[in-house]
Amino acid sequence: MSGYSITEPSRRQKWVAGTLVVLYALITIMPLIWIITTGFKSPVDSISYPPKVLFEPSLEGYVNLFTTRTRVSPEQLAQLPPPKRWYEEIVRNRDMVIAGPSRYGERFMNSVIIGFGSTFLSVFLGTLAAYAFSRFKVPLKDDLLFFILSTRMMPPIAVAIPIFLMFRKLGLSDTHLGMILLYTAVNISLAVWLLKGFIDEIPREYEEAALIDGYTRFQAFYKVVLPQAATGIASTAIFCLIFAWNEYAFAVLLTSGTAQTAPPFIPTIIGVGGQDWPAVAAGATLFLLPVMIFTIFLRKHLLRGITFGAVRK
Amino acid sequence: MAEVRMTGISISFGLEKAVADVTMTVPDGAFVVLLGPTGAGKTTTLRLISGLERPDTGQIHINGRVVNNETPAQRNVAMVFQQYSLYPHLSVRENLAFPLRSPILRTPEDQIARKVGEVAEVLQISHKLDNKATELSGGEMQRVSIGRALVRDPAIYLMDEPLSSLDAKLRADLRIELKRIHANLGATLLYVTHDQIEAMTMATHVGVLDHGRLVQFGTPRQIYENPASLYVAGRLGLPRINALPATLFGAPPAGASTIGLRPEHIAHDGGKEALVKRIEHLGDQTRLHLSLEGHDLVTLTDVHTKLKPGDRLPVQPRNPLFFDAAGDRVA
Ligand SMILES: Nc1ncnc2c1ncn2[C@@H]1O[C@H](COP(=O)(O)OP(=O)(O)OP(=O)(O)O)[C@@H](O)[C@H]1O
Ligand SMILES: [Mg+2]
Repeated sequence: MSGYSITEPSRRQKWVAGTLVVLYALITIMPLIWIITTGFKSPVDSISYPPKVLFEPSLEGYVNLFTTRTRVSPEQLAQLPPPKRWYEEIVRNRDMVIAGPSRYGERFMNSVIIGFGSTFLSVFLGTLAAYAFSRFKVPLKDDLLFFILSTRMMPPIAVAIPIFLMFRKLGLSDTHLGMILLYTAVNISLAVWLLKGFIDEIPREYEEAALIDGYTRFQAFYKVVLPQAATGIASTAIFCLIFAWNEYAFAVLLTSGTAQTAPPFIPTIIGVGGQDWPAVAAGATLFLLPVMIFTIFLRKHLLRGITFGAVRK
Repeated sequence: MAEVRMTGISISFGLEKAVADVTMTVPDGAFVVLLGPTGAGKTTTLRLISGLERPDTGQIHINGRVVNNETPAQRNVAMVFQQYSLYPHLSVRENLAFPLRSPILRTPEDQIARKVGEVAEVLQISHKLDNKATELSGGEMQRVSIGRALVRDPAIYLMDEPLSSLDAKLRADLRIELKRIHANLGATLLYVTHDQIEAMTMATHVGVLDHGRLVQFGTPRQIYENPASLYVAGRLGLPRINALPATLFGAPPAGASTIGLRPEHIAHDGGKEALVKRIEHLGDQTRLHLSLEGHDLVTLTDVHTKLKPGDRLPVQPRNPLFFDAAGDRVA
C-alpha cells in the first residue's frame, strides 16, 4: 500500500503516540508484574527488604496454592519413602507433607461458571431487549429505559441485606444459580444500554431487505443484525465478565461452602501456615488469566471496527 | 408476475400524510414509473406494497389477494432500496445468493450458483463476486442491490431509483437490460426515478405523486403531452416547461391564468421579440435563455445556432397548454 491519506497520522505523530502509550502501559503494568513475579518467589524472597528484582524462581507458591500441607517432625520425614513427584519434594524441603488438594481449583471453577454464566445471560437477554427497544414501538419506551438505567444508580451493595434475606427465603443462598441471577441483574442495565447504542447504529434497511428477501423477523435478526452487532456484543460481554469476575462484596456475603468464588477465597490463603505471599500472588495471577484470555479471544471483534459502509448514496 | 392494486391507501407519519388516498393499479406485466419531487411519497408507496409499512386505511391487492395482513416475505415482492441495502458482512456472491437461500425459496446450491452467475453477468459485476460488499464503489453496490432483486422471480419488482449513482454508459446499458427483463420475463415493475429518459423509455405507465396524492396516471406520452396540471407538466421535459402569464400572447381561453410552453410549443416564425440572454451548448442540444417582457424563458434551438447573447428573436406559442390559477389544466 502506497496510498496516502490526509486523515492518516504522519509517521512522527504515530511515533509520539506510540511512545506515550508504551510509557503509560509500563507504568500501569508494574503492579501486575510485581504480582506475577511474587508468585514465583520463595516466601523469604517475597518479603525481603530491599525487594529483590532478581531472584531464583520457585514454584512453591503454586504448589502451596493447590495443596494443603501438614508439618511433620524430621524423624517422621526421614522414615517416609523418597518423594515421587517434584512438588512433594518442594513441600518436604519445608518439613511438611501434602495432606490433600486445596479448594482453590474448586473456587476457580465456581468463578468460571458464575462469571461466564452471568455474562452469557446478561448479553443474551440484553441483546434481545436492546433489539426490541431499538426497533419496535414499545409503550412507555423512554420510561422503561430510564427504569432499567436507574437500577444502577444505587450501589448494588446498598440492597445487600434485602437480597441476603430474599436469597435465604428462596433457597438461592450459596448456589451457582443465585449468583448468576444476581450478577445478571446487576449487569443487565449496562448490557441493554450499551447494546441498544450499537443496534441503533445498524441501519434498519438491512433487516428490511432481509424481510423482503423472504426471511422472518427472527431470522433477519439472527443473520443480519447479530453479525453486525458483533463488536458491541463482544465489548458488552467483556464489561459484564469483568464485573462478575471481580465482584467481591456479594460473594463474601452470599457464598461460603459450595458456590464461593475465587475473590473471597484468595485472601484466606494468607492464613494457611504463616504469610504465604507467593501462594496469594500465584492465586491472583491465575485469577487474572480468564478475563485476559477472553478479551484476547474477542479482540478481533473489537478491533474489526464498525463497517458502516454507506452502501448507497 | 402479478397485478398489484392499491385502493384508498393512506398513511401518516405524525401529522403529515406521506401517502394520501392513493388508488392505483399496476397491471400484470406493466412497467410503472413513479415520479414526484423529493418527499412526495414515492419510497413510502413502495414500502407500503412491500409490507414494510402498514397503511392507515385502504387495501393492497397482489394477484387479486388482499395482502394487508401478510408479512413482506409472504407477499413475494423484491425491492431495490434507495440506500443501504447490501449486507456489509457478506461477500457480493453471498449477498446475491441471500434471497435464494431464504426459508421460503430454499434453492439448491447448484441453482443458486447458476442464477448468481447469470445475474452477475448481466450487471457486469462477475469480477467482483468475491469482494466484501463494503469493498465496492457506489455504482457497483447499486448494481449488486439490483442483482439481489433480479435473482428472484417475484410478483413485482419494486425499485427505488436503482440507477441513480451509475455513469451514463452503465445507466444506458442497464436501462436496456431492465427493459429486456421486463419484456422477456413479462415482469411487473414499479420503479421510482427522477430521470426523464428512464421514465420515457422504460415505462408503460407513469404515476405522478404530489404530496402523497396520485395526481395523474397514464402512459408516458399522455403524461408528457396531456398533463392534468402545471405540476404534472413540470415533472417531464428538459428544459422544464415555461410557465408565463396567460395574457402574454393575446387573449387566453376562459379561466386560464398561466400558459405553459415546452420548447416544441415555441415557434420563431413571428410574434413577440425576445432578447437572447445566454446560450448553453449541451452537446446534443443547445438551450436558449430568453427574456420576454421581463419574463425568463428557456427553449431549444439548432445545435449549430449562430445566435449570440444580445440578439433578438421572435417568439410565439404553438399549441400551448393553459392552466388556471390553481394550476389545473384548462386547455
Ligand atoms: N419513517 C418515517 N417517519 C416519519 N416521516 C416519514 C417516514 N418515512 C417517510 N416520512 C415522510 O413522508 C414523506 C414522504 O417520504 P418518502 O420517503 O416517501 O419520499 P420520496 O418521494 O421517496 O422522496 P425522495 O425522492 O427524496 O426519496 C416525507 O415528508 C417524509 O419526511
Ligand atoms: Mg425516496
